[in-house]
Amino acid sequence: MKIHYLDNNATTRMDDEVLKAMMPYMTDNYANASGVYSFGQDARKAVEDARAVTAKFFNADDPREIIFTSGGTESDNIAIRGAALANAAKGKHIITSAIEHHAVLNVCKALEKEGYEVTYLPVDKYGVVNPDDVKKAIRPDTVLISIMAANNETGSIQPVAEIGAIAREQKIIFHTDAVQAAGKYPIDVKAMNADLVSISAHKFYGPKGVGALYIRKGVKVSAIMQGGHHENRKRPGTENVPGIVGLAKACSVAMDSFKNPKAHEKVKMLRDKLQAGIFEKIPEVILNGHPENRTENTLNVSVKFIEGEGMLIQMDFEGICASSGSACTSGSLDPSHVLLAMGLDHGTAHGSIRFSLSKYTTQEDIDAVLKALPPAVEKLRNMSPFWKNRVTA
Amino acid sequence: MKYSEKVMERFKNLKNMGRIENADGIGKVGNAKCGDVMWIYIKVDNGIITDCKFETFGCVAAIATSSQATDLIKGMTVEKALEVTNKSIVEMLDGLPPEKLHCSVLAEDGIKRAIEDYNRKKQGLPPLPEKEDDGHDHGHEGEEE
Repeated sequence: MKIHYLDNNATTRMDDEVLKAMMPYMTDNYANASGVYSFGQDARKAVEDARAVTAKFFNADDPREIIFTSGGTESDNIAIRGAALANAAKGKHIITSAIEHHAVLNVCKALEKEGYEVTYLPVDKYGVVNPDDVKKAIRPDTVLISIMAANNETGSIQPVAEIGAIAREQKIIFHTDAVQAAGKYPIDVKAMNADLVSISAHKFYGPKGVGALYIRKGVKVSAIMQGGHHENRKRPGTENVPGIVGLAKACSVAMDSFKNPKAHEKVKMLRDKLQAGIFEKIPEVILNGHPENRTENTLNVSVKFIEGEGMLIQMDFEGICASSGSACTSGSLDPSHVLLAMGLDHGTAHGSIRFSLSKYTTQEDIDAVLKALPPAVEKLRNMSPFWKNRVTA
Repeated sequence: MKYSEKVMERFKNLKNMGRIENADGIGKVGNAKCGDVMWIYIKVDNGIITDCKFETFGCVAAIATSSQATDLIKGMTVEKALEVTNKSIVEMLDGLPPEKLHCSVLAEDGIKRAIEDYNRKKQGLPPLPEKEDDGHDHGHEGEEE
């Protein structure tokens, strides 16, 4: 069966160029980049060239401001825990938002148990943080503000430049989890006034298991793992040379795509077609996320009166890969914390379904969803006690 | 998390969906907050469940167990249906992922409540109110993405 992959916020297909760039570092040159022999120095050069490209991707001044990690989760952990530990003398208060990824939220929760205080800012109905709320939450002991650039579930883009400016003015470290923004639009650490920025390669056509963290010069961050002197003593462990080369290639492919945005426009056009088709064919659907200001590839809707998992499985029967914020798929008792923070009731949050496109998504994929989803919804609604009773309920 | 082939087969070929107008007993269980609500309708003739249908808002496990359970008690005496356990329903589906076992509890509760409703009606008592969920144990933790 043909796969219609529409779960690109979970992960993407690797770009062929990326794979090609990585291959020599799996076999031809497999050296440890710390080796003093020229074989090792060749690997070192590949890592440092990759660092320079990645710095450009962030619009960072100095490649030394980039460290390579195992992915978004590790970048977030180093940024938040590392900055919190290194700056504890100044204070132990952190500001973040209710819609962050668990790689941020759960680090904050862990720090709360270790004597830190955390403010979780609310969001509006579109899932967007208000910079004024950030300003109001600042205390004399606030050391870190962490607000994501774009949300993974809804795609809603956050006003990080404004929030960064507030943080900079107050001399508070500002971290942004840009995992979902990377590759979709340019990441500019200067425009964002960011001190720490996390990205993950596999979200934008790079390999899994590699990410990067931008650490602005002068910002103190402690290592959270102990080991060798790698990555400016911030992240010990033998460099994942092929992964790092792959990440840099994904960065350069992305930078090229921003110069000629046709591929991005196509993604948005297909996403908008999918959205229009769903709203046309299925009654009682609501859009989750900002109507305009969201990542080009993301469509999250709640189909009222049914639960998401049934939809996902029905889609799977047709080879369609999507995701849901229902409790059954989030792996917890409650449905998506992001949708609940936006004010959705539990039932509506359970009925969410997310389609996330990529540059490889075709019209055929969209047609497949528009063909499969309406009957799936009808089938599930016909057996839902809420559907027939919705008028009286 | 992976469903058994039986569960998937059930979900693909569901039976007994919908409501029974003028049902002799209705069992409404679950809570939309947890994502599972099950309404079981029964028609009883001479102490035998002659028809049984369900309306379920919930995950694949909840829907599949609804279908399985309603199929199972059709043709049973009311007394026999009261003996149906969630364990037996789950076994008929070749098991459920551990974090989904609470959905089968819902089916057993739904049957019991529908029969209770039927018994009350027989005695001329008012119908049972909708049961508030007591926060059944989901017991699963973990994240994605």
